[in-house]
Amino acid sequence: MIKAILIFNNHGKPRLSKFYEHYTEDTEQQIIRETFHLVSKRDENVCNFLEGGLLIGGSENKLIYRHYATLYFVFCVDSSESELGILDLIQVFVETLDKCFENVCELDLIFHMDKVHNILAEMVMGGMVLETNMSEIITQAEAHNKMEKSEAGIAGAPARAVSAVKNMNLPEMPKNINIGDISIKVPNLPSFK
Amino acid sequence: MPAVSKGDGMRGLAVFISDIRNCKSKEAEIKRINKELANIRSKFKGDKALDGYSKKKYVCKLLFIFLLGHDIDFGHMEAVNLLSSNKYTEKQIGYLFISVLVNSNSELIRLINNAIKNDLSSRNPTFMCLALHCIANVGSREMAEAFAGEIPRILVAGDTMDSVKQSAALCLLRLYKTSPDLVLMGEWTSRVVHLLNDQHMGVVTAAISLITCLSQKNPDEFKTCVSLAVSRLSRIVSSASTDLQDYTYYFVPAPWLSCKLLRLLQCYPPPEDGAVKGRLVECLETILNKAQEPPKSKKVQHSNAKNAILFEAISLIIHYDSEPNLLVRACNQLGQFLQHRETNLRYLALESMCTLASSEFSHEAVKTHIETVINALKTERDVSVRQRAADLLYAMCDRSNAKQIVAEMLSYLETADYSIREEMVLKVAILAEKYAVDYSWYVDTILNLIRIAGDYVSEEVWYRVIQIVINRDDVQGYAAKTVFEALQAPACHENMVKVGGYILGEFGNLIAGDPRSSPLVQFNLLHSKFHLCSVPTRALLLSAYIKFINLFPETKSTIQEVLRSDSQIRNSDVELQQRAVEYLKLSSIASTDVLATVLEEMPPFPERESSILAKLKKKKGPGAVSVNELEEGKREGGELNGGGERGGDSSTSAVGSTPSPSADLLGLRAGPPVTAAAPSAGSLLVDVFSEAGVNDDGFLRFVCKNNGVLFENQLLQIGIKSEYRQNLGRMYLFYGNKTSVQFVTFTTTSTLVCLEPLIEGGAQVQQVINIECLTDFSDAPLLNIKFRYGGALQNLTLKLPVTINKFFQPTEMASHDFFQRWKQLSLPQQEAQKIFKANHAMDTEVLKAKLLGLGMALLENVDPNPENFVCAGVIQTKAQQVGSLLRLEPNAQAQMYRLTVRSSKDTVSKRLCELLAEQF
Repeated sequence: MIKAILIFNNHGKPRLSKFYEHYTEDTEQQIIRETFHLVSKRDENVCNFLEGGLLIGGSENKLIYRHYATLYFVFCVDSSESELGILDLIQVFVETLDKCFENVCELDLIFHMDKVHNILAEMVMGGMVLETNMSEIITQAEAHNKMEKSEAGIAGAPARAVSAVKNMNLPEMPKNINIGDISIKVPNLPSFK
Repeated sequence: MPAVSKGDGMRGLAVFISDIRNCKSKEAEIKRINKELANIRSKFKGDKALDGYSKKKYVCKLLFIFLLGHDIDFGHMEAVNLLSSNKYTEKQIGYLFISVLVNSNSELIRLINNAIKNDLSSRNPTFMCLALHCIANVGSREMAEAFAGEIPRILVAGDTMDSVKQSAALCLLRLYKTSPDLVLMGEWTSRVVHLLNDQHMGVVTAAISLITCLSQKNPDEFKTCVSLAVSRLSRIVSSASTDLQDYTYYFVPAPWLSCKLLRLLQCYPPPEDGAVKGRLVECLETILNKAQEPPKSKKVQHSNAKNAILFEAISLIIHYDSEPNLLVRACNQLGQFLQHRETNLRYLALESMCTLASSEFSHEAVKTHIETVINALKTERDVSVRQRAADLLYAMCDRSNAKQIVAEMLSYLETADYSIREEMVLKVAILAEKYAVDYSWYVDTILNLIRIAGDYVSEEVWYRVIQIVINRDDVQGYAAKTVFEALQAPACHENMVKVGGYILGEFGNLIAGDPRSSPLVQFNLLHSKFHLCSVPTRALLLSAYIKFINLFPETKSTIQEVLRSDSQIRNSDVELQQRAVEYLKLSSIASTDVLATVLEEMPPFPERESSILAKLKKKKGPGAVSVNELEEGKREGGELNGGGERGGDSSTSAVGSTPSPSADLLGLRAGPPVTAAAPSAGSLLVDVFSEAGVNDDGFLRFVCKNNGVLFENQLLQIGIKSEYRQNLGRMYLFYGNKTSVQFVTFTTTSTLVCLEPLIEGGAQVQQVINIECLTDFSDAPLLNIKFRYGGALQNLTLKLPVTINKFFQPTEMASHDFFQRWKQLSLPQQEAQKIFKANHAMDTEVLKAKLLGLGMALLENVDPNPENFVCAGVIQTKAQQVGSLLRLEPNAQAQMYRLTVRSSKDTVSKRLCELLAEQF
């Protein structure tokens, strides 16, 4: 079972946290910090698995993570999951985000938290994997998007505002980093909050 | 078209997020967030009805604030209201809020359940999925009660959409996990198994998790899933890489589902049906063959997916443990991975090999990789991998390679990561004992262990070596010689001193013939370490000394001289002092015969389960070391040295009492060796005197409070209530007899003695002490308690928690008064200052409570820095009044405090400072 899915950036700022077991809010924040501490001190090119921190159950659980440009994607799982399988799942998740957001970047996760949650919900439910087929996940997301569009007469207007906000934080042109099959845009942001 | 177009965000939300991100400091961020929270709250409370768009926007803001780690204590009701909206957008955001923010105990569950019920019966697949997601996310008991009957129906109904079926399967799984009693098996169970045959791969993917969990709990009812799983697996494995279309991941057909099918099969023994088994073996062979084929893609995702299946197949082969041919192939495959350039594969190969090592068919095959594994332990850059290598070495160890493996582990220990040292030490200790052919090797190994990683050698380990040395005559002389040599080192670890002290005390005579290790040399060697050791070790050494007097009468005068010295007999530590006094008396009064009986060599320990093993089990969880049971006749109960209920009345305390032949003099049984003045009732020995050192803590607990339990052990509990006014105080002492036996001749000596001489079993007596403070003081009055319990004299000395601060009168004053007085007390000796580390969490409320308990007035708005605390008060003594001011400056970042006390009398400042430094 997947106990938690965490995304945070290189500075430890959480970008998404989804817990499939109940913890108090304080503990959740502590787990995020602890996990960041464990994962961030590891070199590149070491293996993608490590024992979980004490708060999330110690050696009973494993942290399986991938580091994409500015973001860490960490899945905390128990022993019933295949380590490599979860790595693939992370890749599917990221590729799906990439397709849905057209070159996903950290800002997309910040400004569209609800959408990221929705996409994740198409893949993982209650800590178990619901669907691994990327095109199916994207189809579902598109369908929801369409529904939203048709309902939202009012919401369409401030479209430009968002992109304006995004652009004003970009002093330089984004550079592209290739990971596997996908490319993630890395905006050179002054400092992430 | 991208599934999420970037334009349709919400302006207000985007602006808010940008504001937060532009905040320069944490304070600014909190300020901005509070402003927003106030705004949202007023919008929610306002009379104007909000449209769906605004509600969605505000809920999104709340979610963002929550993600940043701030508590959200409102908005739940609004989110619940969104659930009943007919618009997808609003409903969806409502559900999102609830799944992120509502926990299973919320009182809103009933309202949420209502909305879910409507959505489940709406026949709108999107709404149904949202509702099912919500149940799976919250998963509370109320939800299980409401929906456990409904969901199986949705799952197996013929007209349910595939996507809803997927959600229903996982939703049911969640409910089954949280409330298995509410999910009743029924005719749906057989239909669930047949979902393995479903056309839609997504349905199979979701259903297999449910089926695996149900099979683990009810293997018989779900047995039919084995043949279905095998045929599904066989279809996937034999399909061409394009057959499964979207479920093909980087040229590998349905890797996730394959892994899950292989996991499901691991819930059962090998299939009995020959045809099914043949088909499965064929599948496993195909998977192993594919691993040797050239990759269809250079992408790491391709090899990842392929290997994920391979590792699961190998796990299944190991689980069956019945096909020697497959086992050897699996082992060879893992051997290849051990040297693979992908760190992940090396890690997983080491991990799988650990389980393989316990199979009789492959244990030998695993052993052939020993050099590679040792190399991994030495050269891997990643600590996770090194740890797995250490685990594997431990698992593959047997009599033939134990010496090599133990030597390698020892040399690795010198550079090992701190995080895994303790576990490594335990493993070395266990292997050394388990495979010790000659015990001199064992002794060498453990002493090496202490030398290399002394800090990580737990009590269990050094207890165990002593236990073994005592139980085996053949190694005692060697052990004495080796510890003697080890102690020659100028700096040896305290654990080495403990082992040395114990073993020389018992068996020093075996090497005393050699003039280089004559009794006096031995004694001087031990005593040269004495002053560098902690109190428990010193106590142990004192016991070793008295044993020396018995072993070597010629050392008697030297040792008595040491015992008589002020640093022993007047030692501030009660325990050491008591030992010195009693040993001195014992050695000068008792006859040689009596001495010889009291100080006889330790009898052998009863054989029982190694406590080290028990400790490792506790660390790793049960099962982790089950292959490596040490002794056949192991007994329950982990504690190594406890338990031995021998030595009825073994009181050696006081002069003239009858010593017992098996007095546990070195106190090894008593955990930290505290005293030799053993009372009767062997089993109580541990508890009575392990408390002895705690008395001071009990005292310090009362600086900031007046009531509580001052002392407690297995026999006696002493409670305190006290009140103070001006320079007078009254203290009620409650003595509770926790045993069922009388305490006789119970006397207490303190300022006043007035107590019945007898406390009945289970009874409590009360003593009142009136206190008057004549002048300021530093030392607390002592309370001495003596009583007989079952014939043995018990003697206890406690500090009464009367401290100078009890006589404080709080003084309220305004800011400028405070600073004026502060300046008046500016002589250097009037101020006492201490900077110290926080012992407890730095919680403002707790700090305030403690300062109030101190008795001074806590002055608000005096110090310009709101983090700091200032207090003022006057100490009332009969002779004079002493005004005192206090300032406490916490530094949360460094977890430190600075405490400054100024008062008109220097001794008072100093004492207050000392007392308080222990409180925070």
